Amino acid sequence: MKRIFSFMLLMVLASALVFAGGKQEEPAAPAAAPVAQPVSDGPQAGGVLVFARSGDSVGLDPGRETDGESFYGSTQIFDTLVEFAPGTTEVQPALAETWDVSADGLEFTFHLRHGVMFHDGTPFNAAAVKFSFDRQFVETHPYFELGPWQYWGYMDMSSIIDRIEVVDDYTVKFYLQKVEAPFLANLAMDFASIVSPTAVEQYGIEFKNHPVGTGPFKFVSWTKDDSIVFEANKDYWGEGPYLDRLIIRVIPDATARYLALKNGEVDVIDFPSAEDLELMAADPNIDLIQQAGLNVGYIAMNNDKPPFDKKLVRQAMNYAIDRQAIIDAVYGSAGQVAMNPLPPTMWSYNNKITPYPFDPDMARQLLAQAGLPDGFSTDLWAMPVARPYNPNARRIAEIVQANLADIGVTAEIVSYDWGTYLDKVDAGEHMMGMLGWTGDNGDPDNFLFVLLSEAAADAGGNIAFWRNAQFNDLIVQAKETFDQPTRTRLYEQSQVIFHEEAPWVPLAHSVVTVPVRTSVQDFVIYPTGKRVFQRVWLEQ
Amino acid sequence: MVRYILQRLLLLIPTLLGVLTIVFFMTALSPGDPARIMLGERANEQQLEQLREELGLNRPVGEQYLIYLEHSLRLDFGRSIKTRRPVMEEIQELFPATVELALVAMFLATFLGILVGVLSAVRKNTLLDYTAMVGALAGVSMPVFWLGLVLIMIFSVGLGWFPTGGRMEVRLFFQPITRFFILDGIILWFREGNPAYLISAARHIVLPAIALATIPLAIIARTTRSSMLETMRQDYVKTARAAGIPERRVIFRYALKNALLPVITVVGIQFGLLLAGAILTETIFAWPGIGRWIYSAISARDYPAIQAGVIVVSTVFVFINMIVDILYSVINPKIRLQ
Repeated sequence: MKRIFSFMLLMVLASALVFAGGKQEEPAAPAAAPVAQPVSDGPQAGGVLVFARSGDSVGLDPGRETDGESFYGSTQIFDTLVEFAPGTTEVQPALAETWDVSADGLEFTFHLRHGVMFHDGTPFNAAAVKFSFDRQFVETHPYFELGPWQYWGYMDMSSIIDRIEVVDDYTVKFYLQKVEAPFLANLAMDFASIVSPTAVEQYGIEFKNHPVGTGPFKFVSWTKDDSIVFEANKDYWGEGPYLDRLIIRVIPDATARYLALKNGEVDVIDFPSAEDLELMAADPNIDLIQQAGLNVGYIAMNNDKPPFDKKLVRQAMNYAIDRQAIIDAVYGSAGQVAMNPLPPTMWSYNNKITPYPFDPDMARQLLAQAGLPDGFSTDLWAMPVARPYNPNARRIAEIVQANLADIGVTAEIVSYDWGTYLDKVDAGEHMMGMLGWTGDNGDPDNFLFVLLSEAAADAGGNIAFWRNAQFNDLIVQAKETFDQPTRTRLYEQSQVIFHEEAPWVPLAHSVVTVPVRTSVQDFVIYPTGKRVFQRVWLEQ
Repeated sequence: MVRYILQRLLLLIPTLLGVLTIVFFMTALSPGDPARIMLGERANEQQLEQLREELGLNRPVGEQYLIYLEHSLRLDFGRSIKTRRPVMEEIQELFPATVELALVAMFLATFLGILVGVLSAVRKNTLLDYTAMVGALAGVSMPVFWLGLVLIMIFSVGLGWFPTGGRMEVRLFFQPITRFFILDGIILWFREGNPAYLISAARHIVLPAIALATIPLAIIARTTRSSMLETMRQDYVKTARAAGIPERRVIFRYALKNALLPVITVVGIQFGLLLAGAILTETIFAWPGIGRWIYSAISARDYPAIQAGVIVVSTVFVFINMIVDILYSVINPKIRLQ
């Protein structure tokens, strides 16, 4: 017994040590700004920011990875030739200061920024640009084997770029195989990051664990499944960075992330759970930063299957379904009603369109006009899994089913496991099918062509199997024009046709919310899903 | 004794073979094309074919099974679909975190469980006994997920005593040496004279260890109590008392020793189950271990990772059981003789 008591005493002492140590552990921010400046003076330098997200990066070589978590890490380290302006999908100069396009649209000449260094001291130049791209598609390139370069494939780059030529140290020329306007937006994506050739040569396959770029932060260390540490690149060519260090931490559970934020252990969190949002909104130490995501969830009506070959029937569906009720029941504050196939943060989004109101009477009238006064029977396919654009397809299907029953349409809900589901909707087995899309490059083409073109009706992607020559001409024309105002006009027109022809019932765009501590300043959500900390600063 | 141990080791072979087979067919026979599930909306036919080829999904199931068995024997579980790294490499990296947490939790559960069990038995039908046993019942019934969040609410957010998760304060910019952070903390204390790392590691492990220990603690306490009560009724205990041996000595020296036999079995089983409990605990407390890794592998349908994870956990379970059996025979010679 005595031994047990002495042991317990030891335990108590040990825990006392643990508690007493609490103060010593308080983070010591390295090299804080020597003089505290008033807030109105703009960004303050210094401090360590901790960003908590739900999963770890796979690798930090942006060419090799496809998942958002990996890009969260690599975006801090690397720059691209062109970049998205903060909070928009508009493309602006980055490592390339200017560019010219040849008259036939097949030659892009980029004029590069002078005096930029990679973090390892390698000078940034045209050869580095050529290296970063060539390794992803030139099969004889010494580092091509380090692939697979999956995003290059996703964006179909091999059928866009023919070859890349170094004109001089600061001029690089891209020869294209076809005129493809969204090409420029592709270059702002993470996979098109410019990497240090010296570092790739040094590390080989291990470059994904030792990334070296020209970006605002340098890579310091990575503890698998726990945290990645970055430090400020003091020689950064652009604005910022203001933080001394940036730490990206993994906290898998959404509520645990919120509690860590509330506790001040972290400064910014990703993917808050919808149930915690109200508490966060009420917390004086937390700001909620919100923006509609670059996504759309929709119900496609299979135009190959009657009665959905009739425009009036498709319009009737749009009148019959109560989209606001779906938002309220399923998305909460994390969603907004969709009226266009494009998300509202995308340039050329047509906000002059009047959305179909919820009007069951009108729906019945249209059905009667279409020769179906007694309604009809259909299936309604619902995904078995939560997706970023649709958190609960089954629940939505039940609401839609009830809405349709009101106008005399009997809908039977159908679901398969996720893999089979995708195969079967691509094959057009459904009459009405739910699906959605998350954009890649912030270009309207990435939604309209991928989801609604005639080509996509044949090759997969257009699960409404809607073939409209007029619409198709507009989006193909827009793809082959570099003039931004012209493209905008063409895409706006195509949305008018989409609205009138109603191949889908667009449901919702999910809203992205990033909760931050109130000390975090100038954090901007990028529609493409990047988390950029270049201009972020901490109020001290 | 040696023969007994050899016998037990031999029995491991069919057990592990069974585990391997079940794990294979669990994944192979689940519906849907895994390649399609993994690639999602973006997949084109060429990428699907490439992945099927890589995973060997285009071969007949029987052939897949044989290849899988052969690879498993070489401890080669292939590459994770998600990270494209060898699965065993990832497991080696993350396993120490789980072992550290499990050891601390098991120590807590065993030590406190036996203590509470003995006290309850000795003070049978007193307030102490009732409180302890109601507490134990509550402990068994509490979902780990919920308990974890409650612990964070009270001790991290409310009282501010412990951090909400992780293994080490990230702002300390700690570099692991052995991957056992408490051990690393001790090493760094000696090497650099700075106890901050040890303190941080200790503070981080407290709440997850409590959450993980709760269920085994409750079960161990209940088993100890009933086994103790039974032993206390035995004749030799009466004899010892009659001989005038002090009560404390009777309880801890004579009764407890015999009463511990069933407790050891329970400790062994609970230690194995702890790895399952670790899936939830590690997820809640952002503990970068094998449990959470399996959890995310399941969510991502990362078949090679799921297979390897389940096999590793079951193997550990089977080994712990074997060690318990052997321990049992050490403590109770009757078993060896049978």
